[in-house]
Amino acid sequence: MSAPIKIKVKVNGVDYERTVEPRLLLSDFLRHDLELTSTHVGCEHGMCGACTVLMDGVAVRSCLVFAVQANEHAIETADGLGTETALHPLQQAFMEEHALQCGFCTPGFLMSIIPFLRDNPRPTDEQIREAIDGNLCRCTGYENIVRAVKKASVTMAGKAK
Amino acid sequence: MAEKYFKQPILRNEDPRLLTGKAKFIDDITLPGMLHAAFLRSDFASAKINSVDVSAARKHPGVVAVYTAADFGDYWKPGPLQVPPPSVIKGSLFNARTLIPIAKDRVRFSGEPLAVVIAESRYIAEDACEDIVVDMEPLPVVTDLEKAIEDGSPLVHDDVPNNLAADVYQERGNYAEAAKYADVVIKRKILIDRCAGAAMENRGLIVDYDDRTHNMTVWATSQAPIPLRNSIAGRLGMFENQVRVITPFIGGGFGPKIMTSQADDVLLPIIAMWLNRPIKWIEDRRENFLATTSERDQIHFAEIALKKDGTILGVKDVFLHDTGAYDPYGMTVPLNTSTHTVSNYEVPAFVTQIKMVFTNKMVVTPVRGAGRPEGVFVMERLLDAAARELKMNPVEIRRKNLLPSNKYPYKSGIIGQDFVEGVLDSGDFAGNLKKALDLVGYDEFVKTEQPKLRAAGKKVGIGVVNFTEGTAVGPYEGAKVTVGGNGKVNTATGISSQGQGHFTIFAQIVAEQLGVDVKDVNVITGDTGHFHWGAGTFASRGATVAGTAVYNAAIKVREKVLKLGAKVLEVPESELELADGLVKVKNKPDKSIPIGQLAVMANPMRGTIEPGVEPGLEAVGYYGPPYGATGNGSMAMIVEVDPVTYAVKIHKCVIVHDCGTVINPLLLEGQVMGGLSMGVGNSFYEQLLYDENGQVMNASFMDYLIPQATDMPEEVILGHNSSPSPLNPLGMKGVGEAGAIPTPSCFVQAVENAFEAENIEIMETPLNPSKLFHYVKDH
Amino acid sequence: MKPAAFDYYAPASVEEALDRLAELGYNGKVLAGGQSLTPAMNFRMARPAALVDLNAIHELEYIKTPPEGGLAIGSMTRDSVVEHSPVVLEKAPLVVEAMPNIGHPQIRNRGTFGGAIAHADPAGQLPGISLALRANLHILKKGSDRWVPVDEFFLGPFMTVIEPDEMLAEVVLPPLPTRTGTSYKQVSRQRGSATQSAIASVVSLDEKGKVANVRVVMMSVGATPLVSAAAEEILIGQEPVEEAFKEIATKASETEIDPSTDMHATAEYRRQATRGLIIQSLATATARAKGKGG
Repeated sequence: MSAPIKIKVKVNGVDYERTVEPRLLLSDFLRHDLELTSTHVGCEHGMCGACTVLMDGVAVRSCLVFAVQANEHAIETADGLGTETALHPLQQAFMEEHALQCGFCTPGFLMSIIPFLRDNPRPTDEQIREAIDGNLCRCTGYENIVRAVKKASVTMAGKAK
Repeated sequence: MAEKYFKQPILRNEDPRLLTGKAKFIDDITLPGMLHAAFLRSDFASAKINSVDVSAARKHPGVVAVYTAADFGDYWKPGPLQVPPPSVIKGSLFNARTLIPIAKDRVRFSGEPLAVVIAESRYIAEDACEDIVVDMEPLPVVTDLEKAIEDGSPLVHDDVPNNLAADVYQERGNYAEAAKYADVVIKRKILIDRCAGAAMENRGLIVDYDDRTHNMTVWATSQAPIPLRNSIAGRLGMFENQVRVITPFIGGGFGPKIMTSQADDVLLPIIAMWLNRPIKWIEDRRENFLATTSERDQIHFAEIALKKDGTILGVKDVFLHDTGAYDPYGMTVPLNTSTHTVSNYEVPAFVTQIKMVFTNKMVVTPVRGAGRPEGVFVMERLLDAAARELKMNPVEIRRKNLLPSNKYPYKSGIIGQDFVEGVLDSGDFAGNLKKALDLVGYDEFVKTEQPKLRAAGKKVGIGVVNFTEGTAVGPYEGAKVTVGGNGKVNTATGISSQGQGHFTIFAQIVAEQLGVDVKDVNVITGDTGHFHWGAGTFASRGATVAGTAVYNAAIKVREKVLKLGAKVLEVPESELELADGLVKVKNKPDKSIPIGQLAVMANPMRGTIEPGVEPGLEAVGYYGPPYGATGNGSMAMIVEVDPVTYAVKIHKCVIVHDCGTVINPLLLEGQVMGGLSMGVGNSFYEQLLYDENGQVMNASFMDYLIPQATDMPEEVILGHNSSPSPLNPLGMKGVGEAGAIPTPSCFVQAVENAFEAENIEIMETPLNPSKLFHYVKDH
Repeated sequence: MKPAAFDYYAPASVEEALDRLAELGYNGKVLAGGQSLTPAMNFRMARPAALVDLNAIHELEYIKTPPEGGLAIGSMTRDSVVEHSPVVLEKAPLVVEAMPNIGHPQIRNRGTFGGAIAHADPAGQLPGISLALRANLHILKKGSDRWVPVDEFFLGPFMTVIEPDEMLAEVVLPPLPTRTGTSYKQVSRQRGSATQSAIASVVSLDEKGKVANVRVVMMSVGATPLVSAAAEEILIGQEPVEEAFKEIATKASETEIDPSTDMHATAEYRRQATRGLIIQSLATATARAKGKGG
């Protein structure tokens, strides 16, 4: 059964039905089949984190999931986080703290941080560093990313009240 | 009055697009009918090719074409020399052996392309690569620099004896005399090993040829879109402007994306013409490690001659520099090493000799730092060896020999990568050092904290080093500034962007001159359809050189605005001000005209324009510096080494940096921090390793380790000094590589200091816990 | 780096999975979390002809507390679920202590407890932890099942007793004696990266404070995780003091392990790190055992 398989995947709240080869990586499926290009591909061996998406609410490396494995599951990507005129508070914090330079790793960071802040609404700097350890950035040196997450935790806690 | 936009920490124009995933990177671009390329690459590092049989691959379902060297006919030839040889340096020897686009009879490095497959998908193309049958005879491999130049060593190029790619000797003063009169001459062999650029985004190229208009559009992750355009056009016999190179958002450059003659650059445009379908190639991570350029791979035989009070009389440095299998990028990297060895210090006699060597490894071209970290490493290690020998404090020996400010502009007598004599334009080295010492709390640490911690068994150490960064070199850059009818301003420049914030800093310069909001300045970079004169983004030159060109264009537009505005508003120019998108009469709030309206008026559809007047509110500006501006600074670091695991924690890292006038302080700090993360990587995590067969041992992130968030220093303190450059009107200098340059030197000094009791001496970089353990154990 | 083509099966039940594995024999490969297999496939270093994806079999995801005590963990339970489970923290704190070192959260969200053990990476944490905790492994195949004590489970690097037509269904961690302390220590070049040496210690004390039981497992320094015989010889019935720990550490690091030299570290470095970590691990485990009172 290396023949193409029909799958149903919900991405950012929208249902998609497609027919795909079993070996098609979820990262390629999102980017090329669905044209949701915020998820970036940096290594294809699960080390850089640029391809991080949420699968049923938890952060996973989409380059290590086959699209067929996402059948009947819900995926969230940075494409669904905010818009250019209405940024998500985390995106806003990234901009204010200059937490991105080339921006290639950024969507992966955002999708790693969203569940982290959901589960740890008041993190320490140390906890933030450990939480983003699985995302590589070659441009920023991470300092501003930590600041952005700290700032967002405050903003988002404020909004949650 | 403070500037409204220039020098302000303005948030970036480009961020909303990048944050929401709306920014287009190269692999986000899809064209109708697009095909995908994959390269079959050699595993052998040195081999004779008997045959490459692609017949089975051609039949693979979904494959459209497969090409080998034979298929390219006259198009197959070694590529152009991207950087010319340093014939300006007398007596220099240089053997140009440029990149082969695709191997024909011979492979010379592991990863060299053997064939290219064009298919309906990348998946299929990779499948078809496995159908290709290659018959190769492995040949002896040479990877060790010292062995490579010996007689009888295997030759990378049969006609280059001793694998000597270049021999370049420069001297100022008389070192032999200096050594004769010195009280102490210290000699050391110093090793610096290879690291990769490893941007998060790999390289990519899309070529679309339209056989109706005879125009070609190329999307490229290139740091040099204009040279790439010219190179492609030249090869195909087209006008330069028949080829348009567009750079989308690029996920990091760091140097290797400057190359314009790799297999994809050369072959895909030809294939796109033949197949008449768009071709896309996206490099994967393994390819990036194997076959995209890397850097730092030198062996230095260095010596320093001093008086017993620590005064330096001279330095001599003869070094082997690995250029890999080819040398398309000339002498750029080792010349940077030569010019950055003694640049912080007053060294009357200096000899620097480069022996550039071919090996069966990937080609070396600049990676953030580009030879400068190596030069600084050599000098700082020599100074520490000298301090130990003379029983001097390492800070004292440095302070004593720092180049004083009254020597500027200081002519070094050494020609650099831009083929002109290096001149230090401005700086305050003593001030940098003092600030770094203050910020790290040097005295307090050495006198009080360190002894206390050592008594408790901790291995803590401190290091302090100085560095310069040659930036903003020529030849030139240009920019065009145009006021639109919509009241916004368009700015186009030839350099491309890889995250430095060009879309914002150039907007700040224009906004300041034309009185529009930064958000209303649209910056286009790296699209030859919009601007086609310039060199590219390298050597920390974008902000300063292109920024000055933008400034020069903006002030010309400002003049035109004032001239026409004065005419339209019927007041002298001196009574006008540009603010809030309007041309206003000072103190007369109701007398103004929107700048966009003025732009429309500047392009009359009837009547005439006066002689000497150009239509519109548009101007082009250029800037070519006479020589590069020298950024500079000092770094200090406190480290602790775990006595069991030899893991090193950087507790505190201070970088004092001087890049003259700062366009945007927020972005400046980002550049320094980013450079620091690469410097930390180069010190303790990253090392591109080749085995004796020329195979890359760590061609993945599993084994090529890039710093993570928890690897960074616990506390980073950035300090600033400002010595504006006299070389450009805004006084700017570059800063992109500053964080990377001093870090390995400072790290090694601090680690040595942590083991002061054990008295180890480390003359190599990078380190790792195991190496450090052996230094301590085997000392 | 795209994987080669394969046949794909996603059974919905254990029974279906076992049928499929029986059918495929050597051609079939179990896909659990995929965090080790998929990268290898993307590099085309692994090219299974067929994958049997267990991720839809939710009956394999559980953490139970059997009546005899201890834990029974379904093989497809996600590492991150185990990591954050209060009952695992209570009954097998050694597992929770090791978890944050296994890759990163994104890896642990997909990686499975059983998958890591079945993968038998010599540098892996969970294989060594399961050895330290004297796990019992329930292996199924179509029509039969067997229990294998972990001491018999690992055969070599990436090799276990699991046959091609079998799958690991459950890992049982027996209850620990009351006065037991555990400790996990490791050295790796970066947080979450492969270790150069890792030690898991389990120390159980009797009412007099002497060692009733001890297990020291050394990971990443041999073809499989290794149990230190020296630890038992030297400590059982004795006072758990630092001199004893040093003696064990020296003997273990010099004679009981077989570390290799690779691009990251020499064998000698690994030996000396192992020595230091054993001392630290035993000291911590002992302190924790004492803290449990009794």
